[in-house]
Amino acid sequence: MLLGAEILVKCLEKEGVEVIFGYPGGAVLEIYDALVKSECIKHILVRHEQGAAHEASGYARASGKVGVCLATSGPGATNLVTGIATAYMDSIPLVVITGQVPTSMVGTDAFQEVDITGITDPITKYNYLVKDPRQLPRIVKEAFHIARSGRPGPVVIDIPRDVSASLLEYEACDHIELRGYKPNVNGHAGQIKQVVQLLMDAKRPLICAGGGVISAGAGQELTKLAEILNVPVVSTMMGLGAIPGDHPLALGMLGTYGVARANLAVSRCDLFVALGMRFDDRVTGNTAKFAPGAKIVHIDIDPAEIGKNVRVDIPLVGDLKIVLNQLAGRLVSKENAVWWEEIASFPPIFGEDQGENPEITVPEIMKAINELAPDNIIFTTDVGQHQIWAAQLLKVKKPRTFISSGGLGTMGYGIPAAVGAQVACPGHTVLVITGDGSFQMGMPELGTALEQDLPLKVLILNNQSLGMVKQLQDHYCGGRYAAVHFKKNPDFHYLAKAYGALALKITRREEIGEKVSEFLRHPGLAVLEVIVTAKDNVYPMVLAGCGLAEMIGRE
Amino acid sequence: MRHTLAVLVENHPGVLSRVAGLFARRGYNIESLVVGETEDKTVSRITLVVEGDEKVIEQVSKQLNKQVDVIKVNDITNEETVERQLLLLKVAADPPVRQEIMQIVEIFRCRIVDIGRRSLIIEATGDEEKIQAIIKSLQPFGIQELVRTGKVAMVRGQK
Repeated sequence: MLLGAEILVKCLEKEGVEVIFGYPGGAVLEIYDALVKSECIKHILVRHEQGAAHEASGYARASGKVGVCLATSGPGATNLVTGIATAYMDSIPLVVITGQVPTSMVGTDAFQEVDITGITDPITKYNYLVKDPRQLPRIVKEAFHIARSGRPGPVVIDIPRDVSASLLEYEACDHIELRGYKPNVNGHAGQIKQVVQLLMDAKRPLICAGGGVISAGAGQELTKLAEILNVPVVSTMMGLGAIPGDHPLALGMLGTYGVARANLAVSRCDLFVALGMRFDDRVTGNTAKFAPGAKIVHIDIDPAEIGKNVRVDIPLVGDLKIVLNQLAGRLVSKENAVWWEEIASFPPIFGEDQGENPEITVPEIMKAINELAPDNIIFTTDVGQHQIWAAQLLKVKKPRTFISSGGLGTMGYGIPAAVGAQVACPGHTVLVITGDGSFQMGMPELGTALEQDLPLKVLILNNQSLGMVKQLQDHYCGGRYAAVHFKKNPDFHYLAKAYGALALKITRREEIGEKVSEFLRHPGLAVLEVIVTAKDNVYPMVLAGCGLAEMIGRE
Repeated sequence: MRHTLAVLVENHPGVLSRVAGLFARRGYNIESLVVGETEDKTVSRITLVVEGDEKVIEQVSKQLNKQVDVIKVNDITNEETVERQLLLLKVAADPPVRQEIMQIVEIFRCRIVDIGRRSLIIEATGDEEKIQAIIKSLQPFGIQELVRTGKVAMVRGQK
């Protein structure tokens, strides 16, 4: 006989779980008691449950495995919500385990009771409230299957305390029967044929790589296909790294903060092949003006994304790794020379042209990172101007090395995501790019990094303000600033010291090369604060209601 | 345009709230929703009447199909179907008008299921048109209470 909690741990081991990010509490006492006895699973104690969800998400994104996090009932569970929503928007596979009050007390507003399956219904791929401990093996097996297959996403398993504490015989579950859930992975032959025809006939074809390319592990297939056809490739923020950022075919990120040549290519192409993306409004701008002269092919594992936001000429449902191979086998190499001449005539990336600025600007720092970063670098970012500059300017060379909250835009993601990524990839240099605003939302997880001896590199681009909101106020509020300037910030130098980190600071341009280099090479936890100008905005930018071709630049 | 969707779902607790929640948060309008067990006890059938153009209905179907608990979605709007709603209606029926009401009941082939001193409860089944017609005919007598189900529908013949 085993406890429900012990059966849970056994099932997690069977799924190959190596790490759980969690925070204990009354409703998960039995689960923790069983977990400490596990020889296969390492538990990482976080500082706030939101950090646990983000860490599981960073772990999943860096490793390609399912991330697992654990929290107690009530506030423990609700603190996970932002992390679950973040993972849901970016299709990240998570299994989230929460404690619940005993089944007999469910529905009585008991101490630390919250209806977490109800709360997370809109932000999970699926969720379970376990009412019978005999169901645990089946539920855990299904949860991992649902989280990682098809379009990945978070799955919540809510476990009442009496379920964890009940004694029963363990009966393994080796078979899943989900008749309502059978993702299509093979592309439809007729549609494949049409896409091939369009790719061969197009004069100005363009491929757009979304996060789906990365989650399908289809980066190489994409690059190969693009090379056969000599087709330019733009990326969404989630798709950065699908094709190496320094590849001659890579044009960079498209979107309302995309780079100019990517947006111009979208606006002038005659065929837009969307791979594993969902046409978010930050990608399309005004959808009526999106790729106006182009036929649109949309290839995605999730049929519900096709035709949701933009009109699609050829829909193709399938797993990108399989579909891209199906396509590549039927294509003949092309030059697209005239198209490339036209692309070469596009203006350079607006953001790079800083002009004269007496103060340090973020693009200068990004340039230094491109020069000094080791090959095994993994970037995580927070949310704001720094995130856009990073996405526009960093050379992301491999899949799963640019980890950022794309869909939900969650501030406070960068540090915990880096903790998860570093746990997944111990030998890599994990660099967090953050601002002074976002840093203060994710800061508690430096405690986790300290405790776990994780040598994160935390780059704080300090402009003493919430730059992205300020930029929006410049454009939409006539430059009237509200609540965007921090009149007082803590001394990040001492904060870094308090967490046992190497604390570096750059205030003058001459220090950039040397200090960035020292920072990236430091063997342990390091925090580098750079005092940057508060006056700069991120460009190009597409204002609300405008098409991508109508982007505005620095005045 | 109005569409009728026949949705087969797992007969689990929580499925209905998932489906209803999906409609609410995606901004789709449900006109009626009926749910009940089918010939297979592990499967429930939800009959949904939804208002929307082709694009909306396509999204509704896709979003429904995406739900793990949804086994099959059929748009039966353009199929030959048998449709029924159930109506219970309490109408004021003082002795002088009772006879007239009973004649109406006869014409529509509905049934009187309860007789009170001053009112009658009438039970009727039929498609939307018939139900509307009955309500309209009884309106002048004073409808005291009215309750009706949404529509259930079944495709004719073939299978």
